[in-house]
Amino acid sequence: MPEDCIYIARSSAIAARALAGEMMVMNSADSTFFTLNEVATAIFQAADGHTPLREIVRDRVCGQFDVDPEQAQADAEQFVTELSSHGILLVSHQPLAPETP
Amino acid sequence: MAAPQKVACVEIGGIPIALSTSDDGFLALLRQRYHGFLSSSPPEFELAFDVSSTPSVSDDDIRVSRDGNDWIMKRGDFHARWDPRIGRGRVRQTANPYSLDSVLRILHSLILAERGGFLLHSASAICDGRSYLFSGISGAGKTTITRLAPADVTLLTDEISYLRPSAGGYAAFGTPFAGELARPGENCTAPVAALFFLEQGPENRVDELSSSEAVRRLMRNILFFAEDNGLVEKLLATACDFVARVPIRRLTFYPDGRVWDLVHSFGRSFERNFDRNSARDFQEVPEHA
Repeated sequence: MPEDCIYIARSSAIAARALAGEMMVMNSADSTFFTLNEVATAIFQAADGHTPLREIVRDRVCGQFDVDPEQAQADAEQFVTELSSHGILLVSHQPLAPETP
Repeated sequence: MAAPQKVACVEIGGIPIALSTSDDGFLALLRQRYHGFLSSSPPEFELAFDVSSTPSVSDDDIRVSRDGNDWIMKRGDFHARWDPRIGRGRVRQTANPYSLDSVLRILHSLILAERGGFLLHSASAICDGRSYLFSGISGAGKTTITRLAPADVTLLTDEISYLRPSAGGYAAFGTPFAGELARPGENCTAPVAALFFLEQGPENRVDELSSSEAVRRLMRNILFFAEDNGLVEKLLATACDFVARVPIRRLTFYPDGRVWDLVHSFGRSFERNFDRNSARDFQEVPEHA
């Protein structure tokens, strides 16, 4: 397994809802609220804990949006880091089991 | 032998709750505080009060948490346990109307969350048979706009609006929870025509808000106290539904009576041109939310 392989999973402590093409995400613990654009929503929805981020970017971002692959990967990693710091996404170098509430 | 319990049934938002106590003074306080909201309807829920004479402070944060199936609500000045399965609870507090209001607000927020409704930090009033909501941060003008209302406008609240889903949309109910106006709302209800997020400015104008901005502002102003994921999920779903069914706008206003002309004309033009009460279908998040 490559050293830089990143796995992401949605936290169980959030509520999420799609509305008019955007994803609303709220952290139940501190009520922080995020609105995700289309690309971010695609990554968020694919965050199943066992698909590597690089694969998500390749299939769900580069496959569907007109973006440069390297830039898309860098943007995705930045996005994941930010949502992780707010407890919205869990990030690991190992596959993640789904969280139970 | 335990002292006999005396009961006042208080009906806010069409939900009658029996409030019982053995303390005559506290019963009198209840009846006086919720005078316009006393009801002879059969209560749906029961809340028993143990009145303590020990002084307490109310400046702690409210904590609402689960203990098994029960909800525990506490602050420095009260401690309550609520069993939603049987619809009964017990409160220990001093004979303090502010504690009483807080407990009732929390309880109604929990009951409403299960029924697709919510309490909103906003003023509300009935005009031409429809209710209008005015929300915003402290100082945005909720009390000001209610003070500017023409005589034929019925005040539902200047502080906490009570919203429940109804046929084709949402209905707003009057509440006894008063803000700076120190005047309880009228105990009546009307379908919601619009929600305005207030800002004061040099002129009166109404601006569109995107759906996501409307949901963001709505969630920021819904009263909920529990750090409970299930409850937050329900409230987010309700907020999205509300945004789909109710026109939500930013209302910039100059604080004089002319702003009500704009509210009137917005209500009339919107009714002519749109039928927003037919819900749009919003996609739900698969397998997660």
